[in-house]
Amino acid sequence: MKTIDDLQAQLGAGGYICDRPLATVAFLALKLGRPLFLEGDAGTGKTEIAKAIAASLGRRLIRLQCYEGLDASTAVYEWNFAAQMIAIRSGDSKEDVFSDDYLIARPLLEAMMPQEGGPPVLLIDEIDRTDAPFEAFLLEALSDFQVTIPERGAVAAPAPPIVILTSNRTREVHDALKRRCLYHWVGYPDFEREMAILQTRAPEAAKCLSEEVVAFVQRLRGEDLFKKPGVAETIDWAKCLLALDVISLSPEVIADTLGAVLKYQDDIQKLQGSAAKKILDEARAAIPA
Amino acid sequence: MRHAPLELPDHPKLTENITHFARALRKAGLAIGPGRIAEAIVAVKAAGFTDKADFFWTLHACFVSRPDDRAVFAQIFRLYWRDPQFLEHMMTFLTPAVRGVQDERRAQAAERRAAQALLPDEDPTAPVPGSDDATEIDIDATQTASAEERLKTLDFEQMTTTEMAQAKRLLAKLRLPVPPLPSRRFHALPGPRPDWRGTLRQSMRHGGEVTHFATKRVREKPPRLVVLCDISGSMADYSRPVLHFVHAVANRPGQGWGEVHAFTFGTRLTNITRHMRTRDVDAALALAGAEAQDWEGGTRIASCLHGFNRDWSRRVLGQGAVVLLITDGLDRDPDGDAGPVMERLSLTARQIIWLNPLLRFDSFAPKARGVRQMLPFVDVFRAGHNIAALEGLAAALATGNTGDKARAMAMMGTPNAQEPDRLGWSLQHRLASLQKRTP
Repeated sequence: MKTIDDLQAQLGAGGYICDRPLATVAFLALKLGRPLFLEGDAGTGKTEIAKAIAASLGRRLIRLQCYEGLDASTAVYEWNFAAQMIAIRSGDSKEDVFSDDYLIARPLLEAMMPQEGGPPVLLIDEIDRTDAPFEAFLLEALSDFQVTIPERGAVAAPAPPIVILTSNRTREVHDALKRRCLYHWVGYPDFEREMAILQTRAPEAAKCLSEEVVAFVQRLRGEDLFKKPGVAETIDWAKCLLALDVISLSPEVIADTLGAVLKYQDDIQKLQGSAAKKILDEARAAIPA
Repeated sequence: MRHAPLELPDHPKLTENITHFARALRKAGLAIGPGRIAEAIVAVKAAGFTDKADFFWTLHACFVSRPDDRAVFAQIFRLYWRDPQFLEHMMTFLTPAVRGVQDERRAQAAERRAAQALLPDEDPTAPVPGSDDATEIDIDATQTASAEERLKTLDFEQMTTTEMAQAKRLLAKLRLPVPPLPSRRFHALPGPRPDWRGTLRQSMRHGGEVTHFATKRVREKPPRLVVLCDISGSMADYSRPVLHFVHAVANRPGQGWGEVHAFTFGTRLTNITRHMRTRDVDAALALAGAEAQDWEGGTRIASCLHGFNRDWSRRVLGQGAVVLLITDGLDRDPDGDAGPVMERLSLTARQIIWLNPLLRFDSFAPKARGVRQMLPFVDVFRAGHNIAALEGLAAALATGNTGDKARAMAMMGTPNAQEPDRLGWSLQHRLASLQKRTP
């Protein structure tokens, strides 16, 4: 992969339509071997790009889903205590109970180990859900690509894995971590790009229906909503409409299927009555001929 | 950390320009160190210098690390790469003025502190104009206790300037303890969970004999505090002392709170969290005052809280945050409906504590529209008009006392028939649970 265009084309061939800025940052992350920090609202395709990069490069994807209280034993490694205990009890004191046989590798350690087909793609998903101690722990892992096991010493990756971190911004991630990464804010796509994404992800949808769906969602994002619908919601909604054999949007159909797009009761209530029809009319007018 | 070897490209001019550009960004407030500049030069080389848009996004990836910085970056990029000289001129015009003002403010507060620290028996030679707490009061030690007692029950509104200065010192000492939340991490202390790692280590010391079964317990963590303080005209005499209190809570380590976020609202919502981290309380409040444009103006509670829900609640209310709402509940916006926004807030916050200075009047009744709309959704409802009341808040948090909420709700009586319908099922649910709690 020589240029940004190559990467963009390769991701596009794999079914991930990304805009030029995102392709530039992803290209730099690959080229410079730096972690990529993607921030943005839920449903804008942050997790998907990690999958797309792994697929297009033929690398293994290792995913670490973050949650509050994530600790070393679930993120990095754990000793198989039962087996260790049995080994000690069986009296075979020659054997080292801190060898690989008793080590259970978790995602971070796994990503530091040699893999077939080259260094893996390590996806650290929703880093904002975990807490500050884990972030601090990641500093070593992300800057030196090594993790330390007290009984064994540091385990360094033979070649740095491709690291992608995502955040929904439910809290601010510390600057020290961001500084070690290339940063990109993933926003909502424009009409043309969202059309391209929808036609790749739901190719069975007719063009006129896709256009209406995308225009409606685009227009909906301009409303004062608690949670704006993401691209994932657009795709979901189009699939829902397909399952219902809908050919064209109407206020009734919208009212019946709005749960696929808006996930908060307050937001759904805002579209009751004539509001949906008004937005639909405006959306239809905005579709480029 | 491991850096890619710094190979400078063959265009020394570009390197220089990127460095200058980074300096311009730094002056505009982006946190950029030399490491990032070196990295940006390498990145530009890697991405190729062919297209202006690519160049923009390359530098963007290296220099920006916060969504709020994106607009600043775009502006400076546009100016700088069109005409570097032009920007330089702009900077020379702008920066001294901006920095001058801030330096002056900070120095003022710090200087006064320094003067007081160095010359305890003398008045500072140059009184600072426009400040209300420059006068140092010499209190006789024998009277201190009773003076403090009197001060504690004196209404903020009735305090003289000197009393207010004393009150501020008392407020700075006040604590707001809070019961910690259980986290999902563990201490290696005796507890209900088996600690296999500890057990194994113990047994290794005894040749594989398990002599002691190690256990661990859940670690506790401090919750976050989000303060929403009304700074409108009707709250003027309370919001400033309460902000002193918030500053004390935000800046004392081991206070029992995790992160503390502070917002002010009157006609619009302002985030003053960063200013509250300034160590000097006077400087912090001066900065906050400069940031919030709506001091002592009108109140639009519903729209401000709506703005908070939309823009901030997801970012600051995660992981069990407690909301401290300081307002009299008098919404001046005729169209404002605080019910739904308070409902949304109560669904995202772990607990809402409402400090209402109007509660100090025995005859207080929840008659105002704003109060009636907001009251069903708060967990604790208390007065906050003097130091004793704020101390009471600390005690109430520790014991789980809901303050005057039950009394006020009883005064409101059963809400009329249409209200629960309009506010949705959760209000009915909450009213039902409240009635269960209230004997």
